[in-house]
Amino acid sequence: MRRTILASLTIAVSALGLEAAEIAPTAVTFEDGSVAQSLSGQPGNAAEGRKIVGSKKLGNCVACHAVSDLSDVPFHGEIGPMLDGAGDRWSEAELRGIVANAKMMFEGSMMPSFYKTEGFFRPGKAYTGKAADDTFGPLLSAQQIEDVVAYLATLKE
Amino acid sequence: MKKMTGAFLAALVTTTYAIAEPVDDTLVVNEDIAIVTRTAAPAHMADAVDEVMSGWLFRGSETRDMQRDDFDNPGMIFVEKAEEAWNTAEGSEGKSCASCHNGSDSMAGVRPVYPKWNEAAGEVRTLEMQINDCRETRMGAEPWKYTGGDMANMTALLASVSRGLPVNVAIDGPAQSTWEQGREMYYARTGQLELSCANCHEDNYGNMIRADHLSQGQINGFPTYRLKNTKLNSVHARFKGCVRDTRAETYKPGSADFVALELYVASRGNGLSVEGPSVRN
Ligand code: HEC
Ligand code: HEC
Repeated sequence: MRRTILASLTIAVSALGLEAAEIAPTAVTFEDGSVAQSLSGQPGNAAEGRKIVGSKKLGNCVACHAVSDLSDVPFHGEIGPMLDGAGDRWSEAELRGIVANAKMMFEGSMMPSFYKTEGFFRPGKAYTGKAADDTFGPLLSAQQIEDVVAYLATLKE
Repeated sequence: MKKMTGAFLAALVTTTYAIAEPVDDTLVVNEDIAIVTRTAAPAHMADAVDEVMSGWLFRGSETRDMQRDDFDNPGMIFVEKAEEAWNTAEGSEGKSCASCHNGSDSMAGVRPVYPKWNEAAGEVRTLEMQINDCRETRMGAEPWKYTGGDMANMTALLASVSRGLPVNVAIDGPAQSTWEQGREMYYARTGQLELSCANCHEDNYGNMIRADHLSQGQINGFPTYRLKNTKLNSVHARFKGCVRDTRAETYKPGSADFVALELYVASRGNGLSVEGPSVRN
């Protein structure tokens, strides 16, 4: 009996689209710099995350961080700490908070906020040097953040 | 894990990292002109850095070597072109630069003090603005495009005759408010990446950002001949590129904003030698 109620509830919920509810960049709740819930409502894909972290066009995290696991990608920066072992040092919620908006965890951090759309000074339209227009969105999508978090969680010493 | 400040973590990080330091090398151009590429920071920067360093120290050995001799410095070809322009009459008055100033070497000592307050105009002027003022009001000629080739060439000529002289821009008196505006811009975190000049060039010089070895972002070597685009690059064009790279709306070359930023950045290099046209990658 219980089961059927639960099952039908699940169906009702997913029919409403609530199960996969995405949290908008302006609606993220941080607690001590962490974000508990998946931003996309879905689990992340570590293999996708690995691509995003290494790609110049996506996360470009290696511009500032070295990652031994990404030794196939040339030129890692040394602005931020090496990400080896990030999955040991931080919980999933902490990693999500750091990637979404590192300034909530590290005050005044140089690390860009990857899931933020407001509060910028002279925001531009990507790398054109022109002013931002209505195509302006966060640096990474909710699902891309989840993918990156899933990848970081695999980085264990 | 509790919230921690960036500075605290950064301190942890730097101790575990081998920093790609600037090289230990000295620059003498044409076995004749000694260039000061590192020196004690000017007083107004004492709480930011101890030493100011030319971008030359952050480049590879081949790039550095190209600047040791004018025959190897591709920027000098543009200096020759400007020498021709210096002596060519243009505009309604039938005058050249030489008509008023004699030889280009009479300009030695000018580059190091620009940008500079102009009393008559009531504004801080860059070398480019002064060059265009001469063209328009004294020669009756068309102004050059601010970051265009003719202008970059002429600033290279004027820099070359001042090589070895210390940068010495005035930051007080009537220039002070412009300088303060520039300082504010230097520390403002712009664009979607929220990065300031200081994030890269004060907090992280010596570190790699992807494939680039960050320098202090000094302008004593401008205009710079860049191997990347094989031409002379002016100060404001470089500023524009750096601001654009923060995913920001840039300022216009020649704008009052960039003039203020140039005065401030120039002052951060007071004491370094003029070395333009320099060679960078
Ligand atoms: C412009 C530089 C920059 C970029 C780009 C950047 N970071 Fe960071 N990151 C930092 C800095 C600096 C810190 C250290 C925190 C501090 O001191 O502010 C940091 C800290 C971190 C930490 C915690 C460090 C640890 O292991 O203890 C993680 C995880 C992290 N970043 C992941 C990422 C990911 C993933 C991306 C890309 C999506 C990224 N960073 C992009 C500069 C950057
Ligand atoms: C995201 C990092 C970043 C930011 C922010 C940044 N720059 Fe740069 N800048 C670079 C890199 C990389 C180079 C090339 C390597 C070098 O010389 O540091 C460079 C080069 C320069 C140079 C050329 C130095 C030389 O010797 O040829 C100047 C001047 C400069 N920057 C000024 C600025 C100013 C002014 C700002 C702020 C408006 C700024 N930069 C912001 C990354 C940055």
